[in-house]
Amino acid sequence: MREKVSYWLIWVFVLSGFLLGIGLFSLWVGPKRIPFSTLISLIFERRISTESSILFDIRLPRIILGFAIGGSLSLAGVILQGMFRNPLVEPYTLGISGGAGLGVSLNIVLRVHQRVGVLSLPLSGFLGALSVVFFLYFLSARRGVLKIHNLLLYGVMISFISSSLIMLIMAVSRVEDLHGIIFWMMGSLEEPNGFLIRLTFILSIVGLVLSYLFSISLNALSVGEEEAFHLGVDVEKTKRFLFLVATLLTGISVSVAGMIGFVGLVVPHFVRIFIGRDHRILLLGSFLCGSSFLILCDTLARTVIAPSELPVGVITGILGGSLFIYALGKRNMVL
Amino acid sequence: MLLEVRNLTCGYGAKVILREIDFQLPKGELLGIIGPNGSGKTTLLRAITKVIKPMGGVILFEGRDIKEISYKELARKISIVSQNHETGWMGVEEFVLLGRIPYYRKLQFLERRNDLEIARRWMRLTGTIGLKDRLLGELSGGERQLVHLARALTQEPELLLLDEPTAHLDITHQVAILDLVRKLNKEFGLTVVMVLHDLNLASEYCQRLILINDGRIYREGSPEEVLSYKIVEEVYKTVVVVEKNPITGRPYVFLVPEDKQKRTKRRWEKYMV
Repeated sequence: MREKVSYWLIWVFVLSGFLLGIGLFSLWVGPKRIPFSTLISLIFERRISTESSILFDIRLPRIILGFAIGGSLSLAGVILQGMFRNPLVEPYTLGISGGAGLGVSLNIVLRVHQRVGVLSLPLSGFLGALSVVFFLYFLSARRGVLKIHNLLLYGVMISFISSSLIMLIMAVSRVEDLHGIIFWMMGSLEEPNGFLIRLTFILSIVGLVLSYLFSISLNALSVGEEEAFHLGVDVEKTKRFLFLVATLLTGISVSVAGMIGFVGLVVPHFVRIFIGRDHRILLLGSFLCGSSFLILCDTLARTVIAPSELPVGVITGILGGSLFIYALGKRNMVL
Repeated sequence: MLLEVRNLTCGYGAKVILREIDFQLPKGELLGIIGPNGSGKTTLLRAITKVIKPMGGVILFEGRDIKEISYKELARKISIVSQNHETGWMGVEEFVLLGRIPYYRKLQFLERRNDLEIARRWMRLTGTIGLKDRLLGELSGGERQLVHLARALTQEPELLLLDEPTAHLDITHQVAILDLVRKLNKEFGLTVVMVLHDLNLASEYCQRLILINDGRIYREGSPEEVLSYKIVEEVYKTVVVVEKNPITGRPYVFLVPEDKQKRTKRRWEKYMV
């Protein structure tokens, strides 16, 4: 018992160390070179200068957003994979990102954001995601029972339908709108609105805390729904709650940062392979691992071909995918 | 009465599987449930563990309607070793410790020292302590069944349900498991209900049998009362001969292949009661 806890604690320290290191690295690198000593001194005594404004107004918000979104997506991935007991499920499988994409595309094509303001973009994305969540929920909940397999199938279908609708919108939209839609879909952590960043950050932490209320139930669910019933878990309540937590986390992430793929699929697998399958460590481990991973990818995305930027989704896909293949071959483990 | 099933009708969706099931289970009994495939034996266990809700009738545990008992509390009173083993890649000890989940308090995330001791104790008793660091997927069928039994016992139930505990096992493991179950029943006073397909094992190990056919209780009583050749032939639509086990005196059901039926039937008729 004690060994298990200390093993978990060591991992939490290691991952937090990683996160801190990557965060500092991300703060340090960029087109404007800031010596490391200046960086450290600026962290401890906040002077008003060009450098501190670059660090704390431009780079830091991005890091915080990367932390929140990387963490949320990985957390949603762990929850959904645990709930569905299917290693291929990821936050975008259920069509939530499709709904958000549809909301944003409609907003861009109808030029709502030009009239109402830029904040209407994430808002319409979130409304799109939310409507998919409720639609899915009412489709698959019958007589108080949430049918997990139906949920998955409906989700995949909604995903297809919404991506087709997005393509339809793209086909009939003007060139400048088209550019906006594509740019949004590729995903980016560049978000000028400080309030949105704070909100995403707070909600990701809230999601993490809430998911822990059901960590034991998730462990029980990993041996099957019926077995979980026999272990005294209120399976229906657990499924409903976790579904809402995971989909809302996904919806918020997608509406703020667009579709950053792969984080929610690969990070949970990594953590499962290297740390373990117990959800009591898997949830926090994936959150920390996912946030470090996304911050790292974003740092690469904005530095590799500076001063222009690569879409962060490209980096997460290439880096995550190849690391994962490497790890699978090395560990030779069954998922 | 530990368990009382009153006029239970249940099924899945609109399909009725069990009709008007009525029986009582006193504390300390070892009850066997037998019946052909699809007669509703597993459904009965599912109703008792509240996985499916009754369409009619009630199930009382210690006089309380199980509808009123939360899943968590019920899991401290009734535990089950079910048939479909979802194995996964979980460590054996970790799996057995899942049996302590019903005892977790709100906002408790770690098992206490006591929980581990209880899990270890039942692993020792089921002889699975040596497997504790193995993965569930690596075990043989017999070992896995014992590990599942250890998990169910770790729930420290008052009523243990077993759904075909001997399916797919060789005779060594069949006897090992059922001897263990009897020991739990005799020495620890644990009340046990087990669904068995093997009529002879049911006859050897159970004090009382309930024969379910087509969703109804067809016969209920001691193995001698239930396992007469007439009843077995009627329910299973198979020609059998029932004799006594020379050591234990319990009824033993012999199967008769079709091509041997005419000859043997005549020869055995005079012995059959």
